[in-house]
Amino acid sequence: MAILEVNNICKRFQDNEVLKGISFSLEEGQVLSIIGSSGSGKTTLLRCITGLETADSGSICVGGRMTFDSERREKLSKAEKRENQLCTGLVFQSFNLFPQYTVLRNVTLAKELLVKETCRAEKCDKKEKKARLAAIEDEAKRVIESVGLSDKLASYPCELSGGQQQRVAIARALMLSPKVLCFDEPTSALDPEITGEVLAVIRKLAEEGRTMLIVTHEMGFAREVSNEVIFMHDGVIGEQGSPEELFDRPQSTRLKEFLSAALHA
Amino acid sequence: MFWTVTQSLLKGFGTTVEIFGLTLLLALPLGLLLSFGSMSRFRVLKWLVKTFIWIIRGTPLMLQLIIIYYGPGLVGTWAQGLEQSNFLVDWLASWSVFDRFVAVIVAFVINYSCYFSEIYRGGIESISRGQYEAGQVLGMTRTQVFFKVVLLQVVKRIVPPMSNEIITLVKDTSLARIIAVYEIIWAGQSFIKSAGLLWPLFYTGVFYLAFNGLLTVLFGRIEKKLNYFRG
Repeated sequence: MAILEVNNICKRFQDNEVLKGISFSLEEGQVLSIIGSSGSGKTTLLRCITGLETADSGSICVGGRMTFDSERREKLSKAEKRENQLCTGLVFQSFNLFPQYTVLRNVTLAKELLVKETCRAEKCDKKEKKARLAAIEDEAKRVIESVGLSDKLASYPCELSGGQQQRVAIARALMLSPKVLCFDEPTSALDPEITGEVLAVIRKLAEEGRTMLIVTHEMGFAREVSNEVIFMHDGVIGEQGSPEELFDRPQSTRLKEFLSAALHA
Repeated sequence: MFWTVTQSLLKGFGTTVEIFGLTLLLALPLGLLLSFGSMSRFRVLKWLVKTFIWIIRGTPLMLQLIIIYYGPGLVGTWAQGLEQSNFLVDWLASWSVFDRFVAVIVAFVINYSCYFSEIYRGGIESISRGQYEAGQVLGMTRTQVFFKVVLLQVVKRIVPPMSNEIITLVKDTSLARIIAVYEIIWAGQSFIKSAGLLWPLFYTGVFYLAFNGLLTVLFGRIEKKLNYFRG
């Protein structure tokens, strides 16, 4: 069974119909890239999947859990909402690190709050709580090491380069082990010479078999890292297939135009 | 003579500092509540709070002091004049002697929480949506996002306008004199009548300056302390 199933998602903002019925699925351990020109609805789709935007109709299922269903009428409890939220992770274009916290704290904060809550719910004693919190810190250090920033644990975001900040943001998202990790144009805010370090981290995650959904403008990278590519145009899926199919044998004129424009940019 | 004047002024200055301290203590949290009200999704509440802020910011603090001090007294006197006596009437009648100092604190707290609330609102609304969204996708609740992520960034941004307002508060305490609360200006002024001396009134300025100097240093420290991050 697919780990992510998106069924007929529609979304409009006032008179602007941004998504006109998007359906696709993603198998566990696969990487799916979404390409397309600005305004084609890529980011809105990602925001619907990660719960930042509520779609008007359709359903989304992550790892067997229905995280969104427009048919569902009853209200979700806070716990259910959070459970849904934690199914997916999102790395933003503009990083959105918490500026007042160190790299380590940025990565541990959310998990710490979560553990503190479960401790309170389970009424576990202080020793147990301390042990759990210590475990988080160890885990965070491992995750930060995996993105190559072990020497920056105590640095603040403003002391880091854009590429380093984005790698911290990736570590922060990984810390909650989402079933599907989403990237919203992760390198668009970076200088060309440092996009490489971020892409290297994502590449490594792909090799480790992490399920990822990547909205990107880096055509070369999308081709190399993805198992499947979706070309979005005007709120619908224009073409879908393996990277070779899409990049080497584009069918529609839309995609041909888009690719030649992207290549000559 | 200088020593007598200083002692007398210090006594008045004590009241000044009390008004200042109490107002700050109560208006800082109350202002935050008001700012939540003015940003509320509930239209009615938002409208009510905004109207309240408009009235308070749109009228002089001096007038508010007078209304808050004499208003209840009018009601109290009216209630005392009523023939029958019951719990409510007795309670209203008890208002005819409204403590001057309490009236000052009430007026100042209301006035300053409105100003503070607008500063808070500006600070909160200046935080980028990305910060809230980052918190949300990490599974934090709205309350957690506000207190753990947004608040310190807001504090950093509002220190300069807050210090402005707080320094104004020090000087505004002199308005308490209008309902005969013995603070430093009155203390200084009383020497004109009693001894024909004008300089004690000028001398009060030294106290204000010293106190505001202290506050300026303090706010400078806070700003410096929050300088470790950008955002």
